[in-house]
Amino acid sequence: MSAIIEEHHHDDHHHGPAKGLMRWVFTTNHKDIGTLYLWFSFMMFLLGGTFALVIRAELFQPGLQLVAPEFFNQMTTMHGLIMVFGAVMPAFVGLANWLIPMMIGAPDMALPRMNNYSFWILPFAFTMLASTLLMEGGGPNFGWTFYAPLSTTYAPPSVTYFIFAVHLMGISSIMGSINVVVTILNLRAPGMTLMQMPLFVWTWLITAYLLIAVMPVLAGVVTMMLMDIHFGTSFFNAAGGGDPVLFQHVFWFFGHPEVYIMILPAFGIVSAIIPTFARKRLFGYASMVYATSSIAFLSFIVWGHHMFTVGMPLAGELYFMYATMLIAVPTGVKVFNWIATMWQGSMTFETPMLFAIAFVVLFTIGGLSGLMLSIAPADFQYQDTYFVVAHFHYVLVPGSIFSIMAAVYYWLPKWTGHMYDEKLGKTHFWLSFIGVNVTFFPQHFIGLAGMPRRIPDYALQFADYNMISSVGAFLFGFSQLLFLVIVIKCIKTGKQATAQVWEGAHGLEWTVPSPAPYHTFSTPDEVNLKEAHG
Amino acid sequence: MIEQSQNRRMVLKLAGAAIGMFGFGFALVPLYDVICEITGLNGKTGEQYVQTTEATIDKDRTVTIQFLASNNGAMAWDFRPQVRSMKVHPGEVNTTSFYVKNPALTTMLAQSVPSVTPFAAAAYLHKTECFCFTQQQLTAGESMDMPLRFIIDSDLPEHIQTLTLSYTLFDITEQPQDRVASSAE
Repeated sequence: MSAIIEEHHHDDHHHGPAKGLMRWVFTTNHKDIGTLYLWFSFMMFLLGGTFALVIRAELFQPGLQLVAPEFFNQMTTMHGLIMVFGAVMPAFVGLANWLIPMMIGAPDMALPRMNNYSFWILPFAFTMLASTLLMEGGGPNFGWTFYAPLSTTYAPPSVTYFIFAVHLMGISSIMGSINVVVTILNLRAPGMTLMQMPLFVWTWLITAYLLIAVMPVLAGVVTMMLMDIHFGTSFFNAAGGGDPVLFQHVFWFFGHPEVYIMILPAFGIVSAIIPTFARKRLFGYASMVYATSSIAFLSFIVWGHHMFTVGMPLAGELYFMYATMLIAVPTGVKVFNWIATMWQGSMTFETPMLFAIAFVVLFTIGGLSGLMLSIAPADFQYQDTYFVVAHFHYVLVPGSIFSIMAAVYYWLPKWTGHMYDEKLGKTHFWLSFIGVNVTFFPQHFIGLAGMPRRIPDYALQFADYNMISSVGAFLFGFSQLLFLVIVIKCIKTGKQATAQVWEGAHGLEWTVPSPAPYHTFSTPDEVNLKEAHG
Repeated sequence: MIEQSQNRRMVLKLAGAAIGMFGFGFALVPLYDVICEITGLNGKTGEQYVQTTEATIDKDRTVTIQFLASNNGAMAWDFRPQVRSMKVHPGEVNTTSFYVKNPALTTMLAQSVPSVTPFAAAAYLHKTECFCFTQQQLTAGESMDMPLRFIIDSDLPEHIQTLTLSYTLFDITEQPQDRVASSAE
């Protein structure tokens, strides 16, 4: 295979990457752009993580020690925005860029120039967003959900920059998603049917449709805010005939699919890793596809469960409660399939597998607390407490973030041509695993005991658990520097990886040499469909 | 190679879908008002009610209606109902009023926004006259009684025995007048 590609390169006028910095600015190569997305996401992860550590440092003890409450509010807001839009989403787009063309035997993404634009919008969007912290009146301080009128009537002047930054992120995401859909539907290797695609490709196809459907709604809601603030309209202003509750409905119509956008690609990653290290085919491939589609469909009709306490007719509460509980069914199918894949497999526990198993266990814990929150009458007690914080951090940190780390360890040898240091990788896993649980598990208890979220100070009875939580947060935060060290070490000095890398790995990406050549699958006859998915 | 035109067609379709969803976001605004009207969500009451037929007064049934008045944000006016609660029969026309005073040193403009709980009752509370249909302008120190005339529909569900009608008073002095809605529905 490698010989074919080498030969092809000599014949072709096309060549390897351009030299120097401009390679990255002008690149239209899916692998370069994937790399850019992943590094950008990691930088944002560290920035958002720093904000989280400011929060945890302030909450280490009751009372106000380190930061003013106004700044604390900006930290909670910016932590959420940066992690959601800057870390998790770009990381998945980066993985999509690297992997989708290689998994479906395509030479590149379908729209390479647009791919370049979608990435390069992001640094500008996030520079603008982060710069609000230095402006007069401070940055956004209304929570990542930016409920009106906090984000309109009572917002700091920098809110306009926030709105424009959200517009840019939205444009970037929509362009990226269009690219993914067109690539998957038009550029599959000849003979590869939809039901032969690896699950990562499937979950991304569905995620891309979700993004195309809801990112414009987010753009719409921030546009309405912009008009309320600057052009005297009253979309969310009760005095002018508008309604602040409308904001919440429109926001969560975007927001609920958004949280699945951050988890569906993770399902795809875990469905690739578990079969490899269990050395078995994925159990229930078709049911995985249907379950993912059902979750995507349900995500559009359950937004009201974020608003139980806002005021809703009884019938509405019941409808949103039961519809939400219904999501547990396809999710349960998935968890069952992963466990059934491991059942009687000859398992080994390399770092990607450790992260994947931790994903299954901890994501299930997060899902279960989500089920508790879906019970409308109980939600009145949980609303806006640390129980909610614990819930969504369990699905996002050991959920989305662990899956991204699993993916990086799993495909890093393919990308760089070098193996990472297994011992350091396992150390990173265990530090992260312990850190995450020490941080977020106690938050369930303080939440049930009534500690509200987004506050810089708290009653004395919450002191012990908050201290534990802060210790865990610093442990988790600083272990991520080890992750950086491992990746750099792997690129610089890792030992040579084979093309197959993992004994049990299946899929087209493993049929090309490691590191993956700059151009892969330039002609369809290089594709061996039998390897398409495990 | 895949035809470029095939890619372009699909991009146009998907971009069209994205633009359509942007429009849908805005369509949610009128849609929300319609749904609120049908379901009584948010306790939104209807526009001025015109009685067309003489309603039958249900003397056998008594419903309690409570009045609440509150100020939004830093609104400085004194605002309170003249009576806290009334016992009324469904179908009869009732009149009450709210007292309002501007203690500030400047002329101010206000708009009140009504809400009914339980939400299910909102559709059965008909207001033939309400200060919430207009804005109030008071000079410094001026006060007035603002009238409210309403009918509780005879079809009010049996399980509802008490209604709460709450008004929130907003300071709209600063807002550009042509853009402030003329009625608070």
